[in-house]
Amino acid sequence: MAVVEWTSHLKTHFPMLGSGPLSLPGSTVAEVLADLERQAPGIEFYICDELGRLRKHVNIFVDGEMIMDRRRLSDRVSEGTRVLIMQALSGG
Amino acid sequence: MSGRLLIGTRKGTFIAQQGASGWQLWLAGHAGTSVNFVAADPESGALWAALGFGHWGAKLSRSTDGGQSWADASQIKYPAGARYLAPPDPTEEDDGGEPTRFTLRPATLLKLWVLAFGPGGRVYVGTIPGGLFVSEDGGQSFELNRPLWNHESRGGDLFAGEGTGKTHWFGTPASEGEFAAGIHSIEVDPRDPNRILVAISTAGVLETTDGGKSWRGRNKGMTNDYLPDPNAEWGHDAHAIQLCPANPEHVWQQNHVGVFYSSDGAATWKKVSRPEQGAHFGFPVAVDDKDGRTAWLVPAVSDQQRMAIGGGLFVARTTNGGESWQQLRSGLPQENAYDVVYRHALSASGGHVAFGSTTGNLYVSADRGDSWQTLATNLPPIYSVRFG
Repeated sequence: MAVVEWTSHLKTHFPMLGSGPLSLPGSTVAEVLADLERQAPGIEFYICDELGRLRKHVNIFVDGEMIMDRRRLSDRVSEGTRVLIMQALSGG
Repeated sequence: MSGRLLIGTRKGTFIAQQGASGWQLWLAGHAGTSVNFVAADPESGALWAALGFGHWGAKLSRSTDGGQSWADASQIKYPAGARYLAPPDPTEEDDGGEPTRFTLRPATLLKLWVLAFGPGGRVYVGTIPGGLFVSEDGGQSFELNRPLWNHESRGGDLFAGEGTGKTHWFGTPASEGEFAAGIHSIEVDPRDPNRILVAISTAGVLETTDGGKSWRGRNKGMTNDYLPDPNAEWGHDAHAIQLCPANPEHVWQQNHVGVFYSSDGAATWKKVSRPEQGAHFGFPVAVDDKDGRTAWLVPAVSDQQRMAIGGGLFVARTTNGGESWQQLRSGLPQENAYDVVYRHALSASGGHVAFGSTTGNLYVSADRGDSWQTLATNLPPIYSVRFG
């Protein structure tokens, strides 16, 4: 189970998730997001576009490292991996 | 209804309500979020807002309690296989490589730009890149109108193959980071809801008379001053169109190159700009709901400046199909005013007229524009103003 956290921006839109973190199954970031979508319908389209690509101004970190595959979200996760979903810093 | 204004701004949805003691204005939702368009479905009474989150993309929001609470509606998504020919981005540096005229791109939602409503629970949404999404069930689900998406003017059926490889739909800078065409006007004929006009930046006007099964260009008489052929069928930079609800054959268009008017249902257009009377460049146009020869504009200095003419804000009104224009200034600032009014930020209903500017000023008139009352001077940049 990966340990998933998300930015307070998303908490505002999906209060049903509570303040997290959540332990979610899945062996890739994509699978973890699919499970998050089951808990909070609609959240996947906030994070990814219609093609399943990570939105330009969103970042996902796996154990502190930005994911490599923004197109398919195939980065691996395992037991205890920390997954953090953030809005990308695009300048102030 | 003339007594309520729905206002979309750079930082949220506002509502202004007219009561016995005058107008009350409040932030009604979406604080901090770009709201491109807000409108009321006259049949259901639901309020709809087209949002653009900087991080999370474009989202539809709906309120069924008059704006007290909002929730995400069914979301607009391009179906798998939807592709479009994108023009070269004029802001991109030339890397010296092979020239590419158009690029075939998979469609993803860049912007929700306009909403319209029809009878029987129909909801229409115009998007960038150039999609018309239609709901037949009050907004429970939306589908891309494929005949328009696959129209020959934009390269044919790109679901099925490579099409013609050529599109006449160009881009708009309003497209949120990419350069793509967008549908900003959807006009449903109240007499015959199977007749719909749409306007595209930058392509022109198209019409269906069979409920969206087929579309044809409606740009005869249009001219331009930025293409090699000034009478080209396509490539017209319509800024906004609006038809007269009581006389739907009367259609108005504020275009990049001037003001155009049609009295035959957009079959032919006539340029009715009168630059010497102030009516020429601008973004919005509003048509009287009963008299198709009466329309309002908020003119601006030509495309090079895009601000109020001479530092004084005025609304231009015609009552004779654009033969002459009157400048309505009473109650509007006439010194150091450089407001510009976007394409959806002027509205007329029952003799009331209202508009809002990107400077955050909001004005309303109860006498067809003869005199104006200031409702707000410190709103965020205003994107849309609609009675409803």
